Amino acid sequence: MNYSLISVEILVALLGLGVLLADLWMPPERRRMLGWAAACGVAVIFVIGLTDAAEASYAFTAPGAKTGMYVQDSLSVFFRQFFLLAAVLVLLMAVEYSGRFATGISEFYSLILFALLGMLFCASANDFVLMFVALELITITFVVLNSFQRNRVASIEAGLKYLILGAVASAFMVFGIALVFGTAGTTNFNEISLQQGSLEVNRLFLLGMAMVLAGLGFKIAAVPFQVWAPDVYQGSPAPATAFLAVGSKAAGMVLLLRVLFAAIPEIAARWHHLLGVMAVLTILYGSLCAIPQRSIKRLMGYSSIANAGFLLLGIAAMSKAGATGVLYYLAGYLFTVLAAFTVLCVILARTESDDISCLSGLGKRSPLLAAALTLSMASLAGIPPMAGFIGKFLLLKSIVPLGAVDPFYYGLLVVAVIGVVISIYYYFGLIRAVYWGGPAADMTPLPTSWGVRGALAICILGILWLGILPDTLMQISTPAVETLRPAGSAAALVGR
Amino acid sequence: MTLTSSLLLTPLATALLVLLVPGNYRFVIRSLSLLGGLVTAILGVVLFFRFDPAGAPYQFESVVNWISSPTLRVQYHVGVDGIGAAMLLVTALVGFSALAVSWEIERQTKLFHVLLLVMIGGALGAFASLDLFFFYFFNELALVPTFIMIGVWGTGENRNRAAFKITMYLTAGAMVGLIGLIGLYGAAGAGSLDLVELQKQVALKPISPAAQAFIFPCLLFGFGTLVGLWPFHTWAPQGYASAPTATAMMHAGILKKAGLFVILRAALPLMPEGVRFWMPILAVLCVGNLLHCGFVALRQKDLNLLIGNSSLAHMGFAFLGIASVSVIGLTGAVLVMVSHALLAALSFALSGWLRIQTGTTDMVRMGGLLQRMPFIGSVMVLCFMAGCGVPGFANFAGELSVLFGAWKTMPWLVVAAAWGGLVIGGVYMLRALRLVLHGDLKSDMKGVIDAPGMWRRLPFVILAGGLLLFGIFPRLVTTRIQPSIQRIAEAARPVGPSEASPTTALVVP
Repeated sequence: MNYSLISVEILVALLGLGVLLADLWMPPERRRMLGWAAACGVAVIFVIGLTDAAEASYAFTAPGAKTGMYVQDSLSVFFRQFFLLAAVLVLLMAVEYSGRFATGISEFYSLILFALLGMLFCASANDFVLMFVALELITITFVVLNSFQRNRVASIEAGLKYLILGAVASAFMVFGIALVFGTAGTTNFNEISLQQGSLEVNRLFLLGMAMVLAGLGFKIAAVPFQVWAPDVYQGSPAPATAFLAVGSKAAGMVLLLRVLFAAIPEIAARWHHLLGVMAVLTILYGSLCAIPQRSIKRLMGYSSIANAGFLLLGIAAMSKAGATGVLYYLAGYLFTVLAAFTVLCVILARTESDDISCLSGLGKRSPLLAAALTLSMASLAGIPPMAGFIGKFLLLKSIVPLGAVDPFYYGLLVVAVIGVVISIYYYFGLIRAVYWGGPAADMTPLPTSWGVRGALAICILGILWLGILPDTLMQISTPAVETLRPAGSAAALVGR
Repeated sequence: MTLTSSLLLTPLATALLVLLVPGNYRFVIRSLSLLGGLVTAILGVVLFFRFDPAGAPYQFESVVNWISSPTLRVQYHVGVDGIGAAMLLVTALVGFSALAVSWEIERQTKLFHVLLLVMIGGALGAFASLDLFFFYFFNELALVPTFIMIGVWGTGENRNRAAFKITMYLTAGAMVGLIGLIGLYGAAGAGSLDLVELQKQVALKPISPAAQAFIFPCLLFGFGTLVGLWPFHTWAPQGYASAPTATAMMHAGILKKAGLFVILRAALPLMPEGVRFWMPILAVLCVGNLLHCGFVALRQKDLNLLIGNSSLAHMGFAFLGIASVSVIGLTGAVLVMVSHALLAALSFALSGWLRIQTGTTDMVRMGGLLQRMPFIGSVMVLCFMAGCGVPGFANFAGELSVLFGAWKTMPWLVVAAAWGGLVIGGVYMLRALRLVLHGDLKSDMKGVIDAPGMWRRLPFVILAGGLLLFGIFPRLVTTRIQPSIQRIAEAARPVGPSEASPTTALVVP
């Protein structure tokens, strides 16, 4: 078999093991350096990965088969680079945050790398079995990452909640996969797509697919599988939360895209109402619950639910335009959310609670952090010239033309507008806290390390780059969805 | 780079430069941003006078491909027709004046100037854009600055609420408008939101009535909210009362007009079906602006709330002119937009000066201020007279043309309401003048001073001068906007009698 295809994954696994090994020889006071080394290593892999050709090629193939469990195409390359970049930024954040851990700093770094490995396999999974294994790798590493601050009850609680609910989701998924295998006789996406005609009337197969979707819904925190998100986001260490928000959600999204639009596009086309209703509920639930929050991490948890809803809008469009929007939105989300969490990491290094009041006076204490948080919140709210605006624009643009065929989509638009207006309230509430949030207890300037400045610079540049010069990413994300074959929503098909 | 691009990039580039200056070099920051504002103002004047009414419909164009994917094509396309040239001129002038009155800002000077420059650049960009996507993009640039400026430098205990209210209302309006624009992108079939291409495409193949029925109200009410169309207006007076002077000047004077601008240039000429159905409704709603907001203004004790409500009442005239869809009425609407930009900015600049001197905006606590501030007082008399619609000021020309234009097409009730609005306007404006300027000087107001020196007086002189200039020579504006207005009116009513009556005879003395 062709091992060069999975060279990136092998390198990441080796890097993770290397960090663990180096821990044995490294004196404890210098272990923070390992985080730097890991970040540099992933950055190098990111650069190497840029050269990969985007033609579809398969690994782990059965003898004589044209397809395999693992696929490398433009979509997987897009998401692979996405995850690598996210991991670099999260590792820089982890170095900043590691002062809060009593022990096991280097395990934290290597667990991030193993979670990254799971995400990389998610990006390339072309088979339900590889998908399940990759998702389990993510889930299990995150159970440890979430409960890493063993002396904090909230952190333990976060890990436990994630473990139990994650296990339920996995159980659903594995049951669903069993039903799919039992009815289709294969777990390969391409092979399933060839039998859609006979499978779309098979109720057991549909039940199995619904269960798989439930498992993926858990990953992206979509209603009704969202209950875990706020508690876990609040309790986990900030870098783990950040990686959960960006990496884990994107992993769920890429699998959702592949399962719906590569494995069962024609069956999915009839589910546009189901996905649309999920999107509506997710947007409303996330937005409404975010309003009264005082804890920033919990607020970000609800915000991440609302954002999952917006991403589902792009899926519900059942078109390549919608899928492009999802990719663009996620890319903007990466820089935006990581900027916010990096700022949070620096602040939390000084104070214990992440109540909104800890932002008071930030505008004077550190203009850089204040500017980064402001840009990030404006981007999440979808205001130009930030990345979030173009993402929201692309998603809305994929929905609006469908309304003329099926008024259901106009309903989605109404909810999207309501969601955006509510989100202004809580995102701008943070901006308010930064600039006129009342008297601050501590007005000393906040120093920032070089790592943090670098991470913030990348995030700010990313937010503005995707917002001001969108063409570069459009040229990448548009061909990236070419491997998907969404059949269009059933209603739109009639219209054509 | 064309004149238009350099005009709108100057403030944005200045904002970047100011960002590089250390925060405690206040003098450098202020001078640099004022210099940027001055260059912008000069460029605006040059552009306005170099615009050739007899030339191409859109001048000083520049086009750069921005997004060119198979599913989405957007171009950075800027250029001006007569309406754009007039709006860019007043934007540049008001922007410079706003920077000039911000010299006093002491707290976080750098942040304030950066935000204000971004706001000015965004407003200029909105009026210069020929691609509707970029119109939206630039228009929204001002949103975050507005929010932060009201919160940090605003006054009054309500400023927190006002900041959220203005931001949420403007976002809701803009989002609805954006959905309308996206609908337009798909329905027009031009494969772009470029206004020039849209007009060509629609001339070949009109947008289907079903699509117009969806898109037109989105644009009208979405962007109408940004203007303060009754009943979506409540954000405006509160927001302006709490905002720092420069923000209120830019918002009430300039940014509000962006909504009218896009309704006038995109909604009207592209969707005649929508015009036919919605314009009578708009005519009814604008009575809400004219009378309801006027009556509310009548009861105000706070000078800023009075100006805020009166500016909403004036927007009623602009809406009435648009609703008439006649050449005279539309000309009047543009004249109202231009003159009200200067008027609102001047009113808020004056009220800002009074607030600094007297420490209040409560008119009852003022009185007799004309004795102490002859210059500011005289400008205020001038400004409020213009607000009543006294001949000789630009507002008179605009409001009169609107009434003439509306007379032909509107039910007489609407026109009667407009006259009523003028009368109410006279009452509250004169009452404000009496309360603030006349009577005995209150004992705690002994320390107030007039605007000292030429530099302090310059912004007031520019704005009041503009009002007088366009009041005496409305032809400066009307000749330039004539061709575009003609085109818009023709496209908006493809059937029915042509109304190409010689408007200049009515509006030019």
